[in-house]
Amino acid sequence: MEHALQPQKVDVLIVGAGPAGLAAAIAAREAGTENLLVLEREPEMGGILKQCIHNGFGLHRFKEELTGPEYAQRDVDRVKELGIEVRCGTTVLEVTADRQVTAISRDRGVQVFQAGAVILAMGCRERPRGALAIPGTRCAGIFSAGTAQKYVNLEGYMPGRRVVILGSGDIGLIMARRMTLQGAKVLACVEIMPYSSGLNRNIVQCLHDYNIPLMLNHTVVDIQGRERLTGVTVAQVDERRQPIPGTETHFDCDTLLLSVGLIPENELSKQAGVPLSPATQGAVVDDTLQTEIPGIFACGNVLHVHDLVDFVSAESFKAGKAAAEYAAGKKTGNRIAPVADGSGVRGVVPQKIRIPDANSPAEAIQLMFRPACVYENATIRVLDGDTEIYKVKKRILAPGEMADLTLKSDTVRALSGEKITVLIDAGGEVCAWNK
Amino acid sequence: MEQMITCINCPIGCRMTVNVDNGQVVSITGNGCKRGIEYAAQESVAPKRMVTAVVSVTGRKTPVSVKTRTPIPKEKIFDCMAVIEKAKIEAPVRMGDVICENVCDTGVDVIATKTVL
Repeated sequence: MEHALQPQKVDVLIVGAGPAGLAAAIAAREAGTENLLVLEREPEMGGILKQCIHNGFGLHRFKEELTGPEYAQRDVDRVKELGIEVRCGTTVLEVTADRQVTAISRDRGVQVFQAGAVILAMGCRERPRGALAIPGTRCAGIFSAGTAQKYVNLEGYMPGRRVVILGSGDIGLIMARRMTLQGAKVLACVEIMPYSSGLNRNIVQCLHDYNIPLMLNHTVVDIQGRERLTGVTVAQVDERRQPIPGTETHFDCDTLLLSVGLIPENELSKQAGVPLSPATQGAVVDDTLQTEIPGIFACGNVLHVHDLVDFVSAESFKAGKAAAEYAAGKKTGNRIAPVADGSGVRGVVPQKIRIPDANSPAEAIQLMFRPACVYENATIRVLDGDTEIYKVKKRILAPGEMADLTLKSDTVRALSGEKITVLIDAGGEVCAWNK
Repeated sequence: MEQMITCINCPIGCRMTVNVDNGQVVSITGNGCKRGIEYAAQESVAPKRMVTAVVSVTGRKTPVSVKTRTPIPKEKIFDCMAVIEKAKIEAPVRMGDVICENVCDTGVDVIATKTVL
């Protein structure tokens, strides 16, 4: 007993009203898209910024330091000013390769749209305990750092009093400080790698300021507790990241926070058949942020996990403009040069560059990636086939900071169409050093 | 008096040694660039931090996020938190509204960073 709903026509449809979706919507409207719709599953716009009450957002984009809610509000205000329709409380159930989008909400029920272009802006989610294979009991008191952040900042209650943090990503560091300020005792931040993936600023201002030890080369090897967590065992690891027997330390605690990485949330993309990159776990895109499915674009943390929201916004402005142009029927270059990760480089975005036709204008193209480990005094090189087309020296490169470079428009126009390789030349020296 | 300071300006995180005598910086070593000197000078004599937190709103499920308008002396962070925790506010609250005036005599106001109507 199925009856098909008549799909509503939309020129550009955006999935998600976090910083990526909002910036994409603003850019699409500013590029001339009238019939524009944003769908958001939460009751309010703003995405994860709503719970990031700390400051440090917006330095690049606004040249001032804002908190998460303040940064989000600027985009929300602009979206309202432009009269863009945003349907909150609306969950997208399916996106198809021919850009039919099915969504559901409490007040409107099932809605079906036929979109000229779709922008995927669903963000990312945290790696859960299940992805870590830590032995021990399945007790309460184990949270991802972002879940704890939501409890403390949006719902106003504390998830625990004595805390160990596994992983030293920025959210974990921020929560170490937040829980301490709220009266909890944070016993240690435990990091399996020889360096933290968090910003220096957060290590100093969230750990050092409160005398919270950062245990590098350590991991949690056991979790104890029947109903609620009662303690964890931490051990040192060797170069192969295997625990070293005899180095165990025990912590009595009621809470374990996990800050062990973020994964782009691509369930809808996969359904639509959008090919993903194993390195970024996001879509394979060209320099206009178009995926391999024509008319489907991706931007922000659903494409690759960023360090700063400023860069999410910048990328999403590009995607919004490109999607608007696609929906309006603008043609792009046909010749494509693939972009590949060379040695020391992980997850270059975009993975493809469209080489402009002789009579159309060329634009400079930014390539973003993560260094595979820590390099000092290394050179980033870009090769077109075997020919070097770009080179820059860097004092320091680290996995915790996304690296980027920009190919000039003349360079882009002159691309041969052979494979482009981005690599880090470390002069044979590879170091992973302790902060 | 000798102080060890980790620079926060970039991922290198230079470890600097600052010699302070009577609240005056005598020497800074270990910095990789001049941004380190500025940071170490400030940090060794008068470290300051922004404080951000939430304040509950009477009759509402969701608290309002707040911040100190500018950084305050680091040693006043916990005093400032104690004041913020006692604050009671009623809706409507607008972003930028003063929640606690001149918190702990720092000359800095605590203001709302979110609007709740």
